[in-house]
Amino acid sequence: MSRKEKNLWILGGIGIVVYALFPVAWIVSLSLKAPADIANQQFLPTKLSWTNYELILTGSASDLFLPALRNSFGICLIATAISCVLAMFAAYAIARLDFPGKKVILSTALGVAIFPVISIVTPLFNLWRQIGLYDTWPGLIIPYLSLTLPISIWTLSAFFREIPWEMEQAAQVDGATSWQAFRKVIVPLAAPGVFTTAIIAFFIAWNDFVYGISLTSTEASRPVPAALGLFSGASQFEAPNGPIAAAAVIVTIPVVVLVLLFQRRIVAGLTNGAVKG
Amino acid sequence: MSTTTLPPGEKTRPASAPGRRAGISDRSRAERKLGWMLAGPAFAVMLLVTAYPILQAVYDSLFDFRLTDPDNKSFTGLSNYGVILTDRIWWTSLAVTLLITVVTVAVELVLGFALALVMMKALSAIRPVIRAAILIPYAVITVVSAFAWQYAFSLDSGFVNSWLGWLPGISADTDWFGGTWKSLFVVCIAEIWKTTPFISLLLLAGLAQVPEVLQEAAKVDGATWWQRMRRVTIPNMKAAIMVALLFRSLDAFRVFDSIFIMTGGANNTETVSFLAYRQTIARLEIGLGSAVSVLLFVCVVLICALFIKGFKVDLASARGEG
Repeated sequence: MSRKEKNLWILGGIGIVVYALFPVAWIVSLSLKAPADIANQQFLPTKLSWTNYELILTGSASDLFLPALRNSFGICLIATAISCVLAMFAAYAIARLDFPGKKVILSTALGVAIFPVISIVTPLFNLWRQIGLYDTWPGLIIPYLSLTLPISIWTLSAFFREIPWEMEQAAQVDGATSWQAFRKVIVPLAAPGVFTTAIIAFFIAWNDFVYGISLTSTEASRPVPAALGLFSGASQFEAPNGPIAAAAVIVTIPVVVLVLLFQRRIVAGLTNGAVKG
Repeated sequence: MSTTTLPPGEKTRPASAPGRRAGISDRSRAERKLGWMLAGPAFAVMLLVTAYPILQAVYDSLFDFRLTDPDNKSFTGLSNYGVILTDRIWWTSLAVTLLITVVTVAVELVLGFALALVMMKALSAIRPVIRAAILIPYAVITVVSAFAWQYAFSLDSGFVNSWLGWLPGISADTDWFGGTWKSLFVVCIAEIWKTTPFISLLLLAGLAQVPEVLQEAAKVDGATWWQRMRRVTIPNMKAAIMVALLFRSLDAFRVFDSIFIMTGGANNTETVSFLAYRQTIARLEIGLGSAVSVLLFVCVVLICALFIKGFKVDLASARGEG
């Protein structure tokens, strides 16, 4: 590669970084503007201010934001855990056993993944009200499985198919009991795939908005995206832009941390599950 | 499942040929049973959370049923569908949805391909940085991305007008959310920013599968960069491109979050998903809302069929399944 060509690709790389970070930098910058500074028509604040963060973490908007944050973490973690456990059994069967239902299960997962979420919401809205699941944690966890389970099954079966399962027998030949073989050989081989799947499933649940606004009505279960979407400001005379930007930054922090720590695995998980040929 | 992807563990077992019902060994019968026992719960949960609701929606759509007046639920057959399909609102929202889908997917394909090429060529030293950067739009919540772009363009807190004031047609008081086309333009930008990384990662995986030998051969034969791209690279990654297109199209067709946050459906920017939401949750018209939901579902199935029949996308082979 010539020097000129090399510089060109480096320039392209810088372009990608700017592309990806620009809106994030903007929302961070906006969140650090004081209320009087919001309308300064500039990218950067004239003076750094923590007012917005104080408002949502300890101030008058905190009783809206903090419960939502707790709901989001709780609901998403539980939904992720359930779908990972269910997907683990299913993916093991798909990767290791020979049975005729394999194709049916994978096609069903695909069908569920492309399902328009809003079509599920309408009937659930009515049903949840009748059976008392409206505005509860389980009322969100159950529909979240429709988002997290299909991708978990696809991603995990792609990972499991690459595990050299015969190592389990090799360990047993070498004198390990089946439990030891499973724990010392298979678990360490399978754990990264399960972990990656969990991260991707968590991202998807964390991103949900449709279920969040449709199936909740109070702080009892409303997750952050829905709370953000419906937040209209501390008072009717104050534009909510600043506090919303601050809340947006806070909910973005966990996903950015996950991305920075596990970027290689996440890319492998995303592409493994989707394109393999 | 194709034989090339069989895990080593399976090769030693006798494959039970499909259709050969008689004479299944006890072992394969046990294996079949275990398979369904392990995969059954996941399968049942998936059916429960999708098949049941859509059937309920089909049923509800046949009634005149509104939650504010639940005692007057009456069977009206297909009249809800008649009401919707003769209403301008439905066709406007369908047109808006299709427009957003076509524009965003087309731009994302080109942009995503460019990003994939850069990632492919990037020096290994900076590759982790680029990879982490590209994952950030994917991981950021759609609602957050919608707010970021809305505030960037809005009159009260935005900087876009002051930055782009030198362009013809843009001044300090250009109201981006004052008209249909401008609003949709901003919505499309937000959607494109958020979802291009997903397409580019799929395309990158496809690019990696193009045999290097073919590239070298074409180079030796004096093919230009553009010729190599058109005759070697793209034909060899057609499956990856088609899968990426299918998934993004279906995803784009369901666009809801950005519309809700950025325009709230004002100025004729309502999409089909938003229409279904508004009928059900805001107006409590379960009957009409269910009918819109069913129509949306039919649209998604049609798009899927178009891709699979029309463009001959073989999901099974592209995904290494069968």
